[in-house]
Amino acid sequence: MNISDIVLQYFFAGLRVGSIYAIVAIGFNIIYNTTGVINFAQGEFLIIGALLAISFNSLLVFIGLPGVPALIAAIILAVFITTAIGAAIEFAFISWLKNPSVLRLIVITIGISIVMREGMSYIWGIETFALPFFSGTEGTSIKIMGASISPQDIWIIGICVFLVLVLYLFFKYTLTGKAMRACAANRTAASLCGINVKLMITLSFMISAALGALAGCAISPLAKTNYEMGSAFAIKGFTVAIIGGLGNSMAAVAGGIMLGLIESFSVSILPMAYRDAVSIGILLLILSIKPSGLFGKREESALKEY
Amino acid sequence: MKKNQLLFTCALVSSLLITSLLFFSGCAEEVKGTIKIGAIFAETGPIAFLGEPEVKTVQLLVDNINEKGGVRGHKIELIFKDSQASSEKAINFANQLIEEDEVFAIIGPTSSGTSMAIKDICENGKTILMSCAAAETISNPVAKYVFTTPQQDRYAAKWVFKIMQDMGIKRIGVVVEGTGFGKSGKEQLLKYAPEYGIEIVIAEEYSIKDSDFTALLNKVKANNVEAVVNWSVFPAQSIIPQNMKQIGFDVPLFHSHGFGNIKYVETIGREAAEGILFACGRLLAPEQLPDNNPQKALLLEYKKLYEDTYIEDVSTFGGHAYDALMILVKAIEAVGVDKEKVRDYIENLKNHPGTGGVYNYSATNHNGLGMDSLVMYIVKDGKFVLY
Repeated sequence: MNISDIVLQYFFAGLRVGSIYAIVAIGFNIIYNTTGVINFAQGEFLIIGALLAISFNSLLVFIGLPGVPALIAAIILAVFITTAIGAAIEFAFISWLKNPSVLRLIVITIGISIVMREGMSYIWGIETFALPFFSGTEGTSIKIMGASISPQDIWIIGICVFLVLVLYLFFKYTLTGKAMRACAANRTAASLCGINVKLMITLSFMISAALGALAGCAISPLAKTNYEMGSAFAIKGFTVAIIGGLGNSMAAVAGGIMLGLIESFSVSILPMAYRDAVSIGILLLILSIKPSGLFGKREESALKEY
Repeated sequence: MKKNQLLFTCALVSSLLITSLLFFSGCAEEVKGTIKIGAIFAETGPIAFLGEPEVKTVQLLVDNINEKGGVRGHKIELIFKDSQASSEKAINFANQLIEEDEVFAIIGPTSSGTSMAIKDICENGKTILMSCAAAETISNPVAKYVFTTPQQDRYAAKWVFKIMQDMGIKRIGVVVEGTGFGKSGKEQLLKYAPEYGIEIVIAEEYSIKDSDFTALLNKVKANNVEAVVNWSVFPAQSIIPQNMKQIGFDVPLFHSHGFGNIKYVETIGREAAEGILFACGRLLAPEQLPDNNPQKALLLEYKKLYEDTYIEDVSTFGGHAYDALMILVKAIEAVGVDKEKVRDYIENLKNHPGTGGVYNYSATNHNGLGMDSLVMYIVKDGKFVLY
């Protein structure tokens, strides 16, 4: 094995985890933008999406559907149901609050995450499940210039790019997207302009849940799915969202890939056990030097509620 | 007509007899009281693969024992506690069981970390602990009231090295999970590698929350090793074989005896699981044993009982709980409900066949099993096969 192959392999390993972090971070950002809160149940959206897809997939395969269509149908169903769950949660716990404080919303989302986790353990049990690989099997490996990766890596990176593009276009060019951004900029002014702020908040929970479900499905073949894994992803996604600058999806992607690469290369010199210490160290460093995040603007973050 | 009457009388008499017997035996039990046994297992949480079969096994055995009239006429009362593999919870439960419930003995906990956490509590509380975890440190140094039933790390490590020697492997990489079990395994591997002329080029720990090991395995690969040993019980051991295949890292992979549940193979998938080697107890393939093996009959019986009741494959972890309970029951049966006498009996127990092996405890050895309690398995076509 020569050095360049090893370096390239580390690079791909970083890209894999980085893209996962990025997708989770984007989910955080969408809700943050419209409501100003961090939704701590974001990790649970990932897991519930993946678990639903796993159940539908085995059901569809059981009734005789061939592998690929069953998987696609299962993922689409899972994303839709998770979206509905996102809407239901917002409707049940958030929408009826009048001018809730940020702290109150945070506590509510933490509560939601606990309820969801317990609910999932009740429905699916404590076992670890996995979706089948989107293409190939668990042992398939593709050679790219001396390094080897799983086809699932390409799927994850592809899904990440696709989501960023779609969201970019949605927020930039559609009326609904613009309305949601208006809520982010100034909720009172937005409502004075005739924007239904409540609806926008519901919508942001739905998009965020859909995103989470899709991400959960994409990750599941590699990382496996267990009812209590959500928080681990949420912590990393949250770190990335802060490093990049809260509220900015492009920054989340940049932050995610950056953190993924740093973590991966840190393993090459430091023991693996220090990997999380490295990422938290970077988070602290960035918070002390540039509290608004690497790509966040100082004025913008000063306008936010905290 | 006459015949019918005779039959009827017979039935009446016999049913009367049975009811009276039941009634009297019922009375006898009420007088005798129950034996309280605490059971701390990780029934839920990340290592539920281990804890769940343990709970199911203990429940099943105790139901059977109680149905047959209990131990020396005493019914066993189980008090289950779910540690979720958390040391903090295990400590609370152990204190509660000893002080509030005043249990006769505790079986479990499932994991090495939680067992270590309550070792001193049981020792100070003078309560027998039959641990179902494998780390060397639980029974070494010896604590008077603490016994373990699984095969120790050191033998699993030696088996791995022995097979490597046969395969001509000299340079290896070791990855372990950052738990009591993983750390203890790493210690034993590092200790015994030189004996077998094997060099451990790299030894790393990972967190149990990690779900991607490609960077770590790349590092191991870059060290030009001829084989990898992974020591874990958490789901990581089903991700590592996949990650190895994905980065094109094609060397033999050895797992620990914490791999003894076929569900792990199912999660890995047939392709990536093929060829994984590990040393484990005989419970995984009892039908492949020779007939004169002292464990064979018992293994087949337990396997049938468990699989018929729960419709799922038996695992060695349930076996550890089986041994813990049965040794305790055997001791009570022999010397009565007396903590000190039971402890002494267990310490001097010899040639007791269990699912883990043939137990021989002594004052200096509270594990009771030797290297011959393990056999080497290989995963072939999604099944465990004797190597």
